[in-house]
Amino acid sequence: MGGHAEMRYFYFMIFCILNANASANTIYAGAKRTHKNIRSAIIAASNGDTVVVDAGIYNEQNLIVDKSIVLKGIGLPVLDGERKYEIISIKANHTVIDGFKLIHSGISSLEDLSGIKVYDSQYVVIRNNILEDTFFGIYIQNGLNCIIENNTLKAISIEEQQSGNGIHCWKGDSLKIIGNIILGHRDGIYFEFVKNSVIWRNISKNNIRYGLHFMFSNDDMYVNNVFRNNGSGVSVMYSNRIKMFSNYFEENWGDAAHGILLKEISDGYMEGNYFTKNTSAIFMEGANRIQMKRNVFENNGWALKIQASCVDVVLEYNNFIGNTFDVGTNGSLVLNQFKNNYWDKYEGYDLNKDKIGDIPYRPVSMYSMIVEKYPTAMILFRSFITTLLDKTEKILPSLTPENLKDSTPMMNKAF
Amino acid sequence: MNKIIKYVIADILRNKIMVIYTGFLLAASFSVFSLEDNTSKGLLSLLNIILIVVPLVSIIFSTIYMYNSVEFIELLVSQPLKRRTIWLSLFTGLASSLSIAFFIGAGIPVLLYQANWIGYTMVFSGIILSIIFAAIAFLATVKMRDKAKGIGAAIMLWLYFSLLFDGLVLFLLFQFADYPLEKPMIALSTLNPIDLSRILILLQLDVSAMMGYTGAVFKDFFGTSTGLIFSFFVLLTWIIIPVWYSTKKFNSKDL
Repeated sequence: MGGHAEMRYFYFMIFCILNANASANTIYAGAKRTHKNIRSAIIAASNGDTVVVDAGIYNEQNLIVDKSIVLKGIGLPVLDGERKYEIISIKANHTVIDGFKLIHSGISSLEDLSGIKVYDSQYVVIRNNILEDTFFGIYIQNGLNCIIENNTLKAISIEEQQSGNGIHCWKGDSLKIIGNIILGHRDGIYFEFVKNSVIWRNISKNNIRYGLHFMFSNDDMYVNNVFRNNGSGVSVMYSNRIKMFSNYFEENWGDAAHGILLKEISDGYMEGNYFTKNTSAIFMEGANRIQMKRNVFENNGWALKIQASCVDVVLEYNNFIGNTFDVGTNGSLVLNQFKNNYWDKYEGYDLNKDKIGDIPYRPVSMYSMIVEKYPTAMILFRSFITTLLDKTEKILPSLTPENLKDSTPMMNKAF
Repeated sequence: MNKIIKYVIADILRNKIMVIYTGFLLAASFSVFSLEDNTSKGLLSLLNIILIVVPLVSIIFSTIYMYNSVEFIELLVSQPLKRRTIWLSLFTGLASSLSIAFFIGAGIPVLLYQANWIGYTMVFSGIILSIIFAAIAFLATVKMRDKAKGIGAAIMLWLYFSLLFDGLVLFLLFQFADYPLEKPMIALSTLNPIDLSRILILLQLDVSAMMGYTGAVFKDFFGTSTGLIFSFFVLLTWIIIPVWYSTKKFNSKDL
């Protein structure tokens, strides 16, 4: 008898699900459907409906989504902005945009025309779209709990002025930016006044300015992203409590390019990041209370440029391998700590075999101080005289900051 | 001419110092490559050998060899041979045996472990530095009759090219720090074959650090094919001018 009761319960569940579905209709748009364009399908839809769009090319001018609907493309329908319009404007909560190809948005610095722009909305999901030749890619203006997932954004502009940002978030809370690929925009991902958000598994490369640009955004976290070959690398400014885990910063080359620029940052935490082949991997200015643990700095010009304005930055268990210069600085004041790092240039010994070197390592060389002041001195790089200068400076430090040292350098790689 | 060259090469290659030099280079390069876990670090150690040891050995050995073969040269001059031929064959013999020694000692290990542009540039620079410093040694010997003075001059020349010149450059840099010095620096670097070879090798090695603004200016010049051809001809000039001048001197020298 118990089995019978269970079956009844099961039927009841099925009934509930069907009933819930019954209130949400699916409306089709396409060349062979009643609704020839998406606009009329949206007009016919009501909150909670799904609008399914067939493959094809649609010139919708500016498509405004002002209802809580799911807009789903089958076979990548193309929305063409004809280089005049903002392609999709979202002005409703709980909207989903899934599986479209958006091309040729208009260009206007006055209105920030975008591929998809979200206006003051919550719980919007934008996923699986391809954006090509859009001015701004996906723009969130005052969004809450929005998800931007698995989109590919590709800009084709050459000049900074003619180009917008890939994923631009201006004012927001609890956003999730996951698994996007962003190429050739001005800034790959731009955050301004965005709180409690996650940037996860994105690839941002070949952008004209920054791969990631953070301003006044607190309590955010970015994990497992790749920032490669961007004009000036990654820039994080005026933000508090930022967490960075396992990101890759690679091949950001140029005099003003940094793997990551930390300017006026407080209480940050960085762990497990890889910095490879950057002109300077980290440039820190006015950074306070930053913890850096278990990062790898490999084959960079400068692994770390730490200005004298930084306070209480702690570096421990990092690996410094094959960098031209380990640390560069601009003054003699040092209020930061280096401990238990592995430096491949360390020439000390370990008599008591505790795997920690017995004499401190001084990562700032005399020659790096000279180059910092007179960049042209680069021409004497690795010449006999600079080696000689470095050696004498190591024995009798006079120009290099006395306190900038790792008193407990590791003999082997820290991890 | 060929006979003299052959004789000089055979004589030098049997020389104990030359054998030791080759052995040292061989041991140093193999140990550098097998001891360091990453080859780029090994290449850097080898870079120091090429830029310091090779010019030193080349210039000192050539000077001493020339002073020791004064009697042989006098004997040759008494034969119906042009002085020019004698001098040039001596130079060719000496330069080629130094190059052979370098190639066996350092060239082969480098090509074994680093058969790429870095390796080729290093081997090329080592060989051309051997020849240049042999040429400079010829200039020193033809100018000084006294052996002690000649060897002293050779050591001073080596010190100048490997250390003092760079000190001078650094001094100029500090003095004229307010001016854009990138281009004058390129011009200045052509005045020292060691600096020029170092820059050529470094452009292949340390890309990241050189990619700053200054580095970019250097790379823009030395990295292009025009720059490479230019530096090649500058290095060639560093051989031709001392050899030409010493030949002229030797032609009219009272032995």
